[in-house]
Amino acid sequence: MKVLVAVKRVIDYNVKIRVKPDHTDVDLTNVKMAMNPFCEIAVEEAVRLKEKGVATEIVAVTVGPKTAQEQLRTALALGADRAIHVETDARVESLGVAKLLKGVVDEEQPDLVILGKQAIDTDNNQTGQMLAALTGMPQGTFASEVSIENGEVSVTREIDGGLQTVKLRLPAVVTSDLRLNEPRYAKLPDIMKAKKKPLETRTPETLGVSIAAPPTLLKVETPAERQGGVKVASVDELVDKLKNEAKVL
Amino acid sequence: MSILVLAEYHEGQLAAGTAHVVAAAQAIGGDIDILVAGDNVAGVAEAAARLDGVSRVRVADNAVYAHQLAEPTADLLVALADDYTHLLAAATTTGKNVLPRVAALKDVNQISEILAVDSPDTFKRPIYAGNAIATVRSEDSLKVITVRTTAFDAVGESGAAAIEAVDVVVDNALSTFVDETLAQNERPELGGARVVISGGRGMGNGENFKLLEGIADKLGAAIGASRAAVDAGFVPNDMQVGQTGKIVAPELYIAVGISGAIQHLAGMKDSRVIVAINKDDEAPIFQVADYGLVGDLFELLPELEQKL
Ligand SMILES: Cc1cc2nc3c(=O)[nH]c(=O)nc-3n(C[C@H](O)[C@H](O)[C@H](O)COP(=O)(O)OP(=O)(O)OC[C@H]3O[C@@H](n4cnc5c(N)ncnc54)[C@H](O)[C@@H]3O)c2cc1C
Ligand SMILES: Nc1ncnc2c1ncn2[C@@H]1O[C@H](COP(=O)(O)O)[C@@H](O)[C@H]1O
Repeated sequence: MKVLVAVKRVIDYNVKIRVKPDHTDVDLTNVKMAMNPFCEIAVEEAVRLKEKGVATEIVAVTVGPKTAQEQLRTALALGADRAIHVETDARVESLGVAKLLKGVVDEEQPDLVILGKQAIDTDNNQTGQMLAALTGMPQGTFASEVSIENGEVSVTREIDGGLQTVKLRLPAVVTSDLRLNEPRYAKLPDIMKAKKKPLETRTPETLGVSIAAPPTLLKVETPAERQGGVKVASVDELVDKLKNEAKVL
Repeated sequence: MSILVLAEYHEGQLAAGTAHVVAAAQAIGGDIDILVAGDNVAGVAEAAARLDGVSRVRVADNAVYAHQLAEPTADLLVALADDYTHLLAAATTTGKNVLPRVAALKDVNQISEILAVDSPDTFKRPIYAGNAIATVRSEDSLKVITVRTTAFDAVGESGAAAIEAVDVVVDNALSTFVDETLAQNERPELGGARVVISGGRGMGNGENFKLLEGIADKLGAAIGASRAAVDAGFVPNDMQVGQTGKIVAPELYIAVGISGAIQHLAGMKDSRVIVAINKDDEAPIFQVADYGLVGDLFELLPELEQKL
């Protein structure tokens, strides 16, 4: 079984972002970048499927500028067999990415595609669902458990009320939630080996896909800062303030 | 303009969030229809028809729509979409599952989790865990949007919209529902509660969440948790508040034994009044708390319960 995993290069989740003074976007110059945390979980799940003997080949794919190859190398170090870089400097968001990923799916014909549930920069939470729609595949979003049996994948999904399990016909799309697994760290020898693993480049043109324009970004602002309040000295003072000052009790 | 709102329901009850989505639809302006899709959902349709500002409730009642699986629900919305300029749903796990699929099938973008409507095509939405707010304009003829329900006040329930059956039946050979484990409790829904009290890793274990229950009982509060508390297995995943959990904006939010990571703040910093109880007086949660109480939660919680 072939598994395709989509990974995105995003700002490191520990970094406190800055909005550009002209409010055109968030400032990413000299900011530490990393693989989107949900994509790390997606890669880990693919690697575990391979370790269980369920997956035979893992292909990592990213859409983005040249620098995004770093995240493909990380995926290779974590256990992907080869990587595909769809190179573009354009601002692409979920619909555009999904169309490009469909181009790769058409070439690669994977049995399972695993994505993160959400990219922590745009917080869109759309690409997997869109890719499933465009390829006519079923979708198992927000997965906390995945198992493959008899040409089907069983996915336990984290939903607002609890957990839901669905069975999907393969090929299918799965998006990872935080509790799907705990990703491993890449070891130094694996990082060295990853440099020799195959990494091919595609472009939207070679895939024959035109990039869908995302919604126009008119303005980016910093939200109103919340003012820290006061420290109270005792439970009595807290209850008094909540009753008489904040009037919430 | 004409807007279709996808109704959300749980166990035969219209979810509170739908009234907030209708409010967002009113901010856009135009005729508002609600779609109720499911199996045996007449009761949900009746509740939806009472929401103010709704012209018509369209009901697709068929076993194929049971559990609002993404594949058939999206196909149904696609079949109805040509009558509308906007499709809206709550930014819940249901809305987030279904709407991007509809958008892609219609070859349009989806706009996630709007906080405000500037005009019928321009919206504000949070990015980077709410650390920035983007204003985006949709250039698509059909706007497909999920709504952060806490950002819009619910409409009232004195309406009497017409209820009409939709006879579109799609088939679904792609996915099947297996089962669902839903959290059972008598407390208000996290997303809509007036008071929320959440516990973090500092609670130590699941048993200790009982310390929050007594207070929650007195305040009529919902109980939430940080991701660390969920990951450690103290409480189930549906209690997680944050960037990748639930977004809450109650009148009063009480964070107990929670450090205040940005991913947690993303889910609660729009609460009206925030209280933090933490033994570390440097914990970042105090930077957003209106009232901070430094000390050991195991001493402070029983005292608080008693004094409320
Ligand atoms: C992609 C991604 C998404 C995430 N999404 C979320 C999310 O949606 N929600 C979320 O919450 N987190 C999320 N996180 C995790 C987040 O970064 C933090 O790790 C998490 O919020 C920490 O939880 P905590 O505050 O309970 O634990 P800790 O940071 O360990 O804090 C525990 C606190 O308890 C206090 N404490 C300990 N004992 C006591 C005591 N006896 N009395 C009083 N105080 C005590 C300590 O002083 C400390 O401040 C996400 C992380 C990533 C990478
Ligand atoms: N540029 C990209 N390249 C590769 N995968 C992506 C890209 N953007 C999004 N994805 C995938 O889609 C998931 C969800 O992203 P989003 O829908 O943007 O929140 C991510 O976790 C990735 O798996």
